[in-house]
Amino acid sequence: MTDAYLETVDLACERDWRLLFEHLHVSVKPKDMLQVSGPNGSGKTSLLRLLAGLMRPTTGDVLINGVSIHQQRNELTSNLLWLGHAAGIKGLLTAEENLMWLSALHHGASREQVWYALAAVGLAGFEDVPCHTLSAGQQRRVGLARLYLDAPALWILDEPFTALDKQAVTQLELHLAAHCNQGGMVVLTTHHPLQNAPSTFRELDLGQATL
Amino acid sequence: MNWTWFHKLGSPKWFYEISGRWLPWLSVSAVLLIVVGAVMGLAYAPPDYQQGNSFRIIYIHVPAAFLAQSTYISLAIAGVVGLVWKMKIADVAVQQAAPIGAWMTVIALVTGAVWGKPTWGAWWVWDARLTAMLILLFLYFGIIALGHAISNRESSAKACAILAIVGVVNIPIIKYSVDWWNTLHQPATFTITEKPAMPMEMWLPLLIMTIGFYCFFAAVLLMRMRLEVLRRESRTRWAQAEVARQIGRSA
Amino acid sequence: MSNVFTLMLLRETRLMFRRPAELVNPLVFFAIVIALFPLAVGPESQLLQTLSPGLLWVAALLAVLLSLDGLFRSDFEDGSLEQWVVSPHPLVVLVLAKVLAHWLYCGLALVMLSPLLALMLGMPLDRIPTLLLSLLLGTPVLSLLGAVGAALTVGLKRGGILLALLILPLYIPVLILGSGVIQAALQGLPTTGYLLWMASLTMLTVTLAPFAIAAGLRISVGE
Repeated sequence: MTDAYLETVDLACERDWRLLFEHLHVSVKPKDMLQVSGPNGSGKTSLLRLLAGLMRPTTGDVLINGVSIHQQRNELTSNLLWLGHAAGIKGLLTAEENLMWLSALHHGASREQVWYALAAVGLAGFEDVPCHTLSAGQQRRVGLARLYLDAPALWILDEPFTALDKQAVTQLELHLAAHCNQGGMVVLTTHHPLQNAPSTFRELDLGQATL
Repeated sequence: MNWTWFHKLGSPKWFYEISGRWLPWLSVSAVLLIVVGAVMGLAYAPPDYQQGNSFRIIYIHVPAAFLAQSTYISLAIAGVVGLVWKMKIADVAVQQAAPIGAWMTVIALVTGAVWGKPTWGAWWVWDARLTAMLILLFLYFGIIALGHAISNRESSAKACAILAIVGVVNIPIIKYSVDWWNTLHQPATFTITEKPAMPMEMWLPLLIMTIGFYCFFAAVLLMRMRLEVLRRESRTRWAQAEVARQIGRSA
Repeated sequence: MSNVFTLMLLRETRLMFRRPAELVNPLVFFAIVIALFPLAVGPESQLLQTLSPGLLWVAALLAVLLSLDGLFRSDFEDGSLEQWVVSPHPLVVLVLAKVLAHWLYCGLALVMLSPLLALMLGMPLDRIPTLLLSLLLGTPVLSLLGAVGAALTVGLKRGGILLALLILPLYIPVLILGSGVIQAALQGLPTTGYLLWMASLTMLTVTLAPFAIAAGLRISVGE
């Protein structure tokens, strides 16, 4: 076996009678950054959801350290930070309440840590504002602030750069690269070409037939 | 114990082949049993001393009612198998058996109403058995509606399986509560089920009809499942070859 | 684990009280439906009293059903459900807390409103405790079974009528027992046995339904 942490074996995904991809072998090991790209409808989000254990593959399997994630859900869930299209932010709760709750679902975080994370994404002073009054970009930042908490090793991020301004994009890119350099793993989808990728950066194009 | 047959059963291709071999036998025995049972029941069984000839509807009513209930239970069993062992064929079975069960429930309700007219003097009486049957029909409607509403077929099969399991846990509770409701509101009425012992000429056709109905159910279910398996496996080579063969044969 | 349970309750409470109108809606619905019946069948007090157990139960059941349609919808749309599924905490615990919150702010509120409406329908005062007890035991079952349906239909665009179709047949036993107990009380029959039956039904549902809800949510999220 390889030294991969997360890998897929002969993965195929079918949605509504349409085959998105098949025979997919992907592996992610510590310090890796994997960008999944491809045209709309090529199954980028589906692949990410398969890796996060939210969906079950049509055939094949997703393994962590060689064992199927469906046999060791805890191994996956306690090491995973998943940010989907919608980040699980409640408009009626404040930024701080949202983050406290989302981190409580995992390892938990103190109030100071949450304030630090919010400051890190440029939301200092917005801690106790209900999120529905924030702009789309600011709401996105509330979700991304979780990356500045005491975060698990494996990050799976679906379109993290959406609605962010230029400066925030650069900052996030650097943060992702730093996470990889410290031994973390990032799998993400984005349409935007990364400027500050770590040396371990790889791209997986689902639009191409052979992988 | 050797479990390979169990896992083999989950393979659609294997299922398609084996069911193709069973299907003719099941269909022939269904037709034979139903014809023999109907002739015996309608022509040779003696009339009931109380109800005269109108009792003969039990030769349809009772097998349909049996089948309606056991189909629901088999839905739940197939649901458990599909959810626990991830067997695709079980998923197919859940969705394909539900409409047959619903039709059997309708037949049981209609024949019950027809029978009720001469017996009670009304088409519909809120009798415990009939009411429980009506609720069963609603449970079937729920499963069918849910199956049609969810477009992703794997999710829809799993969702139907869960609903069937929840429903089957409920069925004994529904039965108990409907019985209790009936006694609370109209104590001591004549119910269809409390009959004196039947002579052999009466119950033998009933037994034959019931077995015939089960064979009919199995045959129809297999046919529906085979069609659905072909549809689901339309990407694979064996399914394409099979469809080509079928078209070639009919042309 | 129990920590997450209380945090979930707290979160639901915050969400509930930041939109107080949603708290009141099921109660108003309950009251309006009850008011419809005297208008439909006539104000004759003997008839209303005989019908009152059934009316109260059917109206409470419909009020709970309507409030359930949105139970998981907003969590599904804003991605919260995904976060629960990928959390290391058992989904069953989260779900149980969520449904408990729903019952506290919908079911329990209906129970507390019911004596007033029962008196308006002419139910004698000494039968009110039985009414309260039957609703208290029955409404958790309504919330839990309804949540199973809500979990299965949350991914669908128009799930409302389908939810009713799935869930109403499952509500029949608790409706029969719940209204039957009050009816027995009105006729002066002993009710303890039936109340115990209801209690065991409630316990059974509390034990089993969360697993079905969690499984349903996983399917809806995985679609």
